[in-house]
Amino acid sequence: MQPFTTLTGVAAPLPAANVDTDQIIPARFLKTIKRTGLGKSLFAGLRYEADGSEKPGFVLNREPYRHAEILISHENFGCGSSREHAPWALLDFGIRCVIAPSFADIFHGNSYKNGVLPITLPRAVCDALMEDAQMGANARISIDLERQVVIRPGGEEIAFEIDPFRKHSMLNGLDDIGQTLQHGDAIGAFETTRAAAEPWRPVIAI
Amino acid sequence: MTHPRTLFDKIWDAHVVETLPDGTAILYIDRHLVHEVTSPQAFEGLRVAGRKVRQPNATIAVADHNVPTSPGRVGAEADSILQLETLEQNVKAFAVPYIPIDDARQGIVHIIGPEQGLSLPGMTIVCGDSHTSTHGAMGALAFGIGTSEVEHVLATQTILQKPAKNMRVTVKNRLTKGVYAKDLALAIIARMGTAGGTGHVIEYAGEGVEALDMAGRMTLCNMSIEAGARAGLVAPDETTFAYVEGRPFAPKGEAFAQAVTYWRGLPSDPGAHFDAEIEIDAADIAPMVTWGTSPEAGAPITGHAPDPATVADEAARTQMQRALDYMGLTPGQALTDAKVDVVFVGSCTNGRIEDIREVAAIARGRHVAEGVRALVVPGSGLVKLQAEAEGLDRILLDAGFEWREAGCSMCLGMNPDKLTPGQRCASTSNRNFEGRQGPGGRTHLVSPAMAAASAITGYLADPRPFQ
Repeated sequence: MQPFTTLTGVAAPLPAANVDTDQIIPARFLKTIKRTGLGKSLFAGLRYEADGSEKPGFVLNREPYRHAEILISHENFGCGSSREHAPWALLDFGIRCVIAPSFADIFHGNSYKNGVLPITLPRAVCDALMEDAQMGANARISIDLERQVVIRPGGEEIAFEIDPFRKHSMLNGLDDIGQTLQHGDAIGAFETTRAAAEPWRPVIAI
Repeated sequence: MTHPRTLFDKIWDAHVVETLPDGTAILYIDRHLVHEVTSPQAFEGLRVAGRKVRQPNATIAVADHNVPTSPGRVGAEADSILQLETLEQNVKAFAVPYIPIDDARQGIVHIIGPEQGLSLPGMTIVCGDSHTSTHGAMGALAFGIGTSEVEHVLATQTILQKPAKNMRVTVKNRLTKGVYAKDLALAIIARMGTAGGTGHVIEYAGEGVEALDMAGRMTLCNMSIEAGARAGLVAPDETTFAYVEGRPFAPKGEAFAQAVTYWRGLPSDPGAHFDAEIEIDAADIAPMVTWGTSPEAGAPITGHAPDPATVADEAARTQMQRALDYMGLTPGQALTDAKVDVVFVGSCTNGRIEDIREVAAIARGRHVAEGVRALVVPGSGLVKLQAEAEGLDRILLDAGFEWREAGCSMCLGMNPDKLTPGQRCASTSNRNFEGRQGPGGRTHLVSPAMAAASAITGYLADPRPFQ
């Protein structure tokens, strides 16, 4: 995973609540066996007409938002399916940070694991950032993960919270599996103890 | 005396391998269900890192999302075939038990888990699919995970998670005739909103839940994710034990008796703390249907599409108008005036034998309205065989329904079963998001009985006059 330290970029406003993962990446694009290449299908239903041409009104089809690296949205972003294709599609498009008043749990977890930073801020703050984002190319928003601040175009800093474990993993681009495998002995001991205490637990053999 | 604990607390505590300094638990996973869509990248990750599957015998794989459900399974697209072949190569390479596509036990992963006795009370169960919450009906802690976590579970048999908060939804009284667990789920979500359960595990309790059969409990728990919850739970009871006993992978004989003793200790203790409580009266619930593009946008079938003009908040008003426009509904329109093009019966929400019986009971001696395409897709090969043994396929075919092979089908628009733009569908599935069943498709979430009544009349319809 690519580490996330600081980011300065164009922020795209997406003022809608309950942006679901079927909107972020419709299921028909889930037939891939790779993590990459989904950026062109990001928000496909909102972004393209049935004939494949672009819908000119959609934010990511307009300059400078075609190059957005930050997305600002409303409550419950990423609700619905557990598909990790949602953060993969955001990342492949170039978006590395989503700012919203709240996130759905599974999307929230999936994002960290791919170096996409979900930042939760109060609705009023998101609305102010949304106004910054409407300024287009003049509005470059910065994120400093180490200091846990979002920096508005005028220089105002807004603090955000993040779980220390996730912050550490993001800053260092660490893989969870490698960290958990360091506890392999504890997992083995758990398995041994339980097999003795609860012998009724079934094992699959097809 | 230990302090009183909830069902969730007990299952959680029994699975913590280690708690890290920041409070994150390494949580042991008893059962990992794997399907073709969210696993290829996880197996690839293992391969690249030179890792093995830690407990292949706690893992089971099946293809469901991307398989054609047409009779004879014809019509698979090339990329779907590649995904299926990739799963077959991966289960072989990593020695993971696999139910092949031509095995009668194949089906939707959340149907076959309970059906095979793979999902048992007190277990932790994960799958790379949000509707894993279904298995909570067994009294198991079951949640959907992303592909990175699928890889994590394959490699370590654990996930990293912080404990959820406890929420209890108490359902007073019993559902009335013609009203089902699906209606109850839609009524709860309409009340809580799609983010109402965020960060929580919901335990469903009360007379209205205890009275549900296992199929109904599965439907209810299945929709927990549509309320934003991490998982749904129903305390295991005699109904649960009777369902589990004799299932192929369930413990047998003395082992079953030991298991039941353990399971009886799982229900929430009197006085256990819930961070949030909701009470709902089952007697007040009418058959429900969604009018919008979020599962929370539900109303009784006797009601009307809402009027955005009555909404004060501008963003909410705009969103409601957008949903009505997408759905092709006008404010104040009677919901029973909406003409349907397609009826879909199936999915992990409502693809069990009990659901198909409800549809057949209404279809018997009647016929699907002209111009309506009505699909019935059993949730598993065994559900299909059971329905055929009961003669339900004949009733449905005579009434003009299609009778198809098991799979996820039109629930999610990734296999050949899709809506075309503008088509209106009464669907027993779980999500009515824009484009969920195909680009431009309009989904109304309904119970199987309402789906059947809608197929017969050609309009969204109250099932009660047909019963």
